This record gives sequence, structure tokens and C-alpha cells, in this order.
Amino acid sequence: MATEDATRGRSPEKTGVESRSRPLPDRDTCEKVLAKMILIRRFEERAGEMYAKAKIGGFLHLCIGEEATIVGATQALQEGDYLLSTYREHGQALARGTEPNAVMAELFGKVDGCSSGRGGSMHLFDAERRFFGGYGIVGGNLPLAAGVALASDYRGTEDVTLCMSGDGATNQGTFGETMNLAALWSLPIVFMVINNQFGMGTALERHSAVTDLSKKAAGYGVPGTRCNGMDVLDTHACVSEALEKARGDRAPQLVEAVTYRYRGHSMADPEEYRTKEEVEEWRGHDPIAAFSERVTEEGELGEDDVKRMDDAAMKAVDEAVAFADASPFPDLDSLYDDIYVMGEQVSEGWFSVDERSPDAHRGEREREAGDVAKELAEAGAAHGEGEDARSERRVDRAEAEPEDGEGEPAGDERDEVGGGD
Amino acid sequence: MRYREALNLAMREEMNANEDVFIMGEDIGVFQGAFKVTAGLLEEFGERRVRDTPISENTFVGMGVGAAMAGLRPVVELMTINFSLLALDQIINSAASIRYMFGAQVKVPLVIRMPQGAGHQLGPTHSHCLEALYQHIPGLLVAVPSTPADARGLLKAAIRDDNPVVFIEHETLYGRRGEVDTDDDEPLRFGEAAVRREGDGVTIVGISRMAETALKAADKLASDHEIEAEVIDPRTLRPLDLDTILESVRKTNRAVIVEEGWPHGGVGANLAALIQEQAFDHLDAPVGRVTGADVPMPYSKPLEQAAFPHEEHVVKAAVATFRDV
Repeated sequence: MATEDATRGRSPEKTGVESRSRPLPDRDTCEKVLAKMILIRRFEERAGEMYAKAKIGGFLHLCIGEEATIVGATQALQEGDYLLSTYREHGQALARGTEPNAVMAELFGKVDGCSSGRGGSMHLFDAERRFFGGYGIVGGNLPLAAGVALASDYRGTEDVTLCMSGDGATNQGTFGETMNLAALWSLPIVFMVINNQFGMGTALERHSAVTDLSKKAAGYGVPGTRCNGMDVLDTHACVSEALEKARGDRAPQLVEAVTYRYRGHSMADPEEYRTKEEVEEWRGHDPIAAFSERVTEEGELGEDDVKRMDDAAMKAVDEAVAFADASPFPDLDSLYDDIYVMGEQVSEGWFSVDERSPDAHRGEREREAGDVAKELAEAGAAHGEGEDARSERRVDRAEAEPEDGEGEPAGDERDEVGGGD
Repeated sequence: MRYREALNLAMREEMNANEDVFIMGEDIGVFQGAFKVTAGLLEEFGERRVRDTPISENTFVGMGVGAAMAGLRPVVELMTINFSLLALDQIINSAASIRYMFGAQVKVPLVIRMPQGAGHQLGPTHSHCLEALYQHIPGLLVAVPSTPADARGLLKAAIRDDNPVVFIEHETLYGRRGEVDTDDDEPLRFGEAAVRREGDGVTIVGISRMAETALKAADKLASDHEIEAEVIDPRTLRPLDLDTILESVRKTNRAVIVEEGWPHGGVGANLAALIQEQAFDHLDAPVGRVTGADVPMPYSKPLEQAAFPHEEHVVKAAVATFRDV
């Protein structure tokens, strides 16, 4: 059970982030921003349902509660800018314009997924929209992002790289190393720390000696600011300013966005490290509800507009599920495709030998494999059909739920998105 | 031309040929490289293309991956293979996996150069041979050149290729001289072994510096034992030219694999398995292995010399394949 010490003092007021009242943008922008946040939330809710139905395997990290950090930041990007994220990145892909169909299909492990079913939830990618990936290793994307920024600088382009990480990543060695190199080489990069207050189940004040993460890179030469990650306009303003400093002055920046994730770290999280009351308190500062309220009270949007956006989001998500369901799994004989680029210096050779086959030289010649190898591949794949191995894990998960039985909803709970919630 | 000069030439040529090629690593610029492989390149190409990095291996290797994803062709130098262990996350989880896990949307045309090897009394943190570790990883290409010509030809191939390459040099080979045809700009191809010496008595496969040791052993086998050994240098371990090795084994019916790294899960262990799987009927004796001692490399000179293979070890192993089994 949660201890008092482990769950102390994380109310929104105690984070030290002031709620800055930023002016509302024009009607179209308001609509775009709100529609994206609603789409992300509806998508995530449905993904959670699909996980409970075992349509989705592995881990599933939902961003519900963090939508303002995603949309506020991505709205500040120009078309040529690069975005790298963590494994909690469905929202980032959607915000950058990746089709919900392609994201849902990837979660389902289908061939039409945005990573062709090779990456799954944690490894979405959309080269065309310069969404350069979700990454499964905490802090592992920081050097990659700096390398992408180095390429932009090397070529003298105006493109900036926005690299998102969580609060937990600030404790990795790559954090300090990358900050130093980014400042040393004056790279066009902005590091955005999405501080959702927990590194998995370990609270910020129990994992970081410095809890004002905006200060954590200053010693390396990367100045930081802090924004209210529950406020899409504040996030947008801070990230925009940072991006322009990085673009114009080649001065890397850090933005800490203080936010909160309503759901567990992943779907397999009994959430014993925090109280229900704390989660409820943060839900009272919901980024979508707060923004809906503002645009309907002060702006030109009506409640019927919000309803219309929500209906559109639900429809898009329905379609995404239908699309993902209908998309086939990747062909078994594509298993060895694209490990290597075949070219003039490196053509076919011995890359892999498969114990399933009596044939020599398998691997990249998968499609030439004999009947025995094909039969064995099919036999292996058949183990993934029917009763899913994860159903066992779900039992473990249920047993780990708090005694009051009010753990994370595995069903179809849906948050209200309209104003006045 | 010396081995280090051949590497230097390959980088110079490829940097001149392609603006996207740049190099970075610890002390490669002002210091001219810990082993002087990059001497003169900073002066010739400037700070933009010859970048001294801080001692942050995981991060500057990761930056190489990121820059490669964005279209450049970085050549990253790690001061020794031992320090590459600090960058294993970026080498395995990023460089080797990214193309595959993102459904072939990007390429990672990255070269990571690193020297290995014992003999300089540097103790356990600076002396190991880890080619077996890298040959284990799908997604990586692994080169282990042992001559100046191969060093140049394979490095040019590595730089022009679109895959991440772990390019393993050897510290004691840097000063070796050899013929290099500088008029020939064609890179070597990965996955083509070199037959260093022809013979029909026993096949000896030598990895990295051990290709040289295998040749010395072959001379002794001929003069002292009337055994004509065929010596094969695979030159690359991923892809591996298994065909050339198997063809030789089918002729000699005997094989000995020589490596400087550790025995368990080593290059020889893997090759022995492949040979017995695919040429079992041709073997007249169990496949022999000569490896480094199964210990962290000691500092003391006699202990260190005793801990890695010399030609005597190879001769003994080769002769052993002629014993009745």
C-alpha cells in the first residue's frame, strides 16, 4: 500500500508552477489545438480498451492527462523541424499528423502500422512528418536527437530538433552528456522534460535531488524554463520561445513542463505509489476541460463545437480500430527483411542461420527457404494465436490491484472532455 | 604504407569524395588521435568535419546514429574497444535496431572505429578483444582487417555502405607495413575472405591480428612438420564468408580457428558449430580452437604474453588435428 511519505505534496499548487494566463489565439487555432487534444485522449482511451481485449501486446503507456504538453509543444514546431519522443508517444505521432489508422495498426502489430508492425507502441516512427521515433530506453533518445540537430547544423538548415523525455531521464548519464555536447557545439535543439512527477512508480522527490528540473541542465550550459504542462497555451508559449532561441541563436534550451499522468505508468501498474485523492485533484486541473472552458467562455467556440470535435475524434478512433483490425499481420517470410540495406559493398552474405531450417544460408534469404523452414515458421507463429500469453499477465495484474478494487479501469471508462467538468 | 596510414588515407579519400562524411571522437583532432590514425585531418578538413568530443562515449556514438538517420555519414572513433562498452546501448539498442524496428523508414550509415588487443601491458580495462560480442548482433556489420590494404579497402567500403559498421582495428597492427594500391579507389566488399596461404593439410582461420599469427604458424608447420596449412582471414565477421572456409575444409578435412578473444561464446565456438553443421562428413578431426585465456587480461608482462595466442599455440592445435581420433 502507498505510504504517506511516498505520496506527499504533489498537488498542482505545490509544484511551484504559476498558472500564467496566456491570451487565447484565433478561433481556428483554438479549434485545431482542442481537436488534437481530444483526439489524443479518445485514442488513448480506446487503446486502453483494446489492450484489455488483448488486441494490443507488450506494454502500453498512455499519456492521458499530458495532452497539453504534447499539443502545446508540437503546435510550436515548423514543418521541417524534427521531433523525438519517449515510449509514451502515441500522442506525439498523432499531433505531428500521423494517421490514427497507422498508429492503431502499429499497436495491433499489423503490417499497415507506421513502423510496419516491427516496433509496437514504444517505437512509432513517421519519417515523412519528421517524427523521428519513440524510444524504449529512458534517456536513449537524447544523444540521437543531438545527432539529428548536428546534421541540421552541419548542413546549415534552419531546422530545429525538439527532444522530449520524462523526468526520470534527467537522472541518466546521457542527460548530462548530451546537455554538455549540445551547448558545446551550439546545436539547434530544445529539450523538453515532460515532468509527470513519476519515473515509473518512483516519485520525483524520491528520484531526483533537484526537483526543479528546469535548473538541471543549466550547469552544462543549457538554460531552462518551466511551464504549466496542464495549460496548452503556456506550454506553447514557452516551447515557441525556446525553439526560436535554438533556431536563431543556436542556443540549446530546456523546457520543463509540469504535468500529471492519470493512468498508471503502463497498463500493468497497480499504482500503489500514489493516492486516488491525488489523481482526482489533478483531474480537477484537466488540460482539455480547462481549455474547453476557456474557449467556450472567452472565445468564439460554443459547446456544440466541442461536441462536434469530440464526435469527430470518436469517429476517427472507431475507424482506426476497424482499420487496424482489418489490416493483416506481416508475412512470416518478411521476418528477416530490412535488417540490412543491401548495396554495392554489402550484398547477400551470411547474416543469420536459423535453427529451424536444415538449409544453409538462411537469414536474408528467408523467401528462398525450404518447405521445412516454412512449416516450422508457421508452427512457431501458431503459438501466438488463440489464448494470448498476456492473459496470464492480466491475472497477475488483477491480483496486484489495491484491496479496495478501484484500480485502473481496464474497461471502457471515458473522461468527459467538455467544458465545466 | 603503414596500417594507420592506410586508415588515414581511406578517411581522407572518402571525406574528399563526399561532403556528408565527417569524423568525431576523443582526441582525434588537435591531439591527432590516440594512435595517430587521424593525423593531419583536422588541418585539412577543419573543425566542422573533424570533431573532438568530450569523454562521453554513449552520447557521441548516439549522436553519430542520429546524424546518420538524418542523412550524414559519420565516422566515429572510440579510443579503444574497451570504451565501446560505455556505448553499448546506442550501438545495440539504437544503431543495430533502428532500421528494423522503424519498418525501414531510415538508414543508419554509420562507422564506429575502435582498436582492440593485448600486448601493451594495459591490464584488464584496456586490452580485450571483443569481436565476438559484436558479431553476435543482427543489424551490425563487423570488420576485422589485418593488413594495410584491407584496412583501407574495408574502411572505404564501410563509409560508403548504408549500414552501421563496427570497424575493429588492432593496436599492435597500426605500425605494420604492407602494399596498398593507392591508384585503386574501389572499396573491398564485405563478406569476402582472403586466402593468405594455400595448402591442403589443415585450414587455419585467423581473426584480426591472429591472421598474422596463423601465417607464422603455417611457416613452422611447413618447416617443422611437413604440413601445408591453408590460412584464411575472413576480414569481416558479419557478413561472414563461410563458403570460402567450408570449401577449404572440404579440401583439407581439418580446421583450426585462432582468435585473441575469450573461448566461451567466441568466434571460434561459433565457427566450429557452423563447420560441423555444414561440413561434418568432411572432417577427419574435431575442429580445433585457439583462443585467449579465459581471464581478465593481467598487467605483468609474462602473464600477459601467456594469456593470448602465439604461433606455438596454433602449431600445437594444428598438429593435434592429425592425431588419431
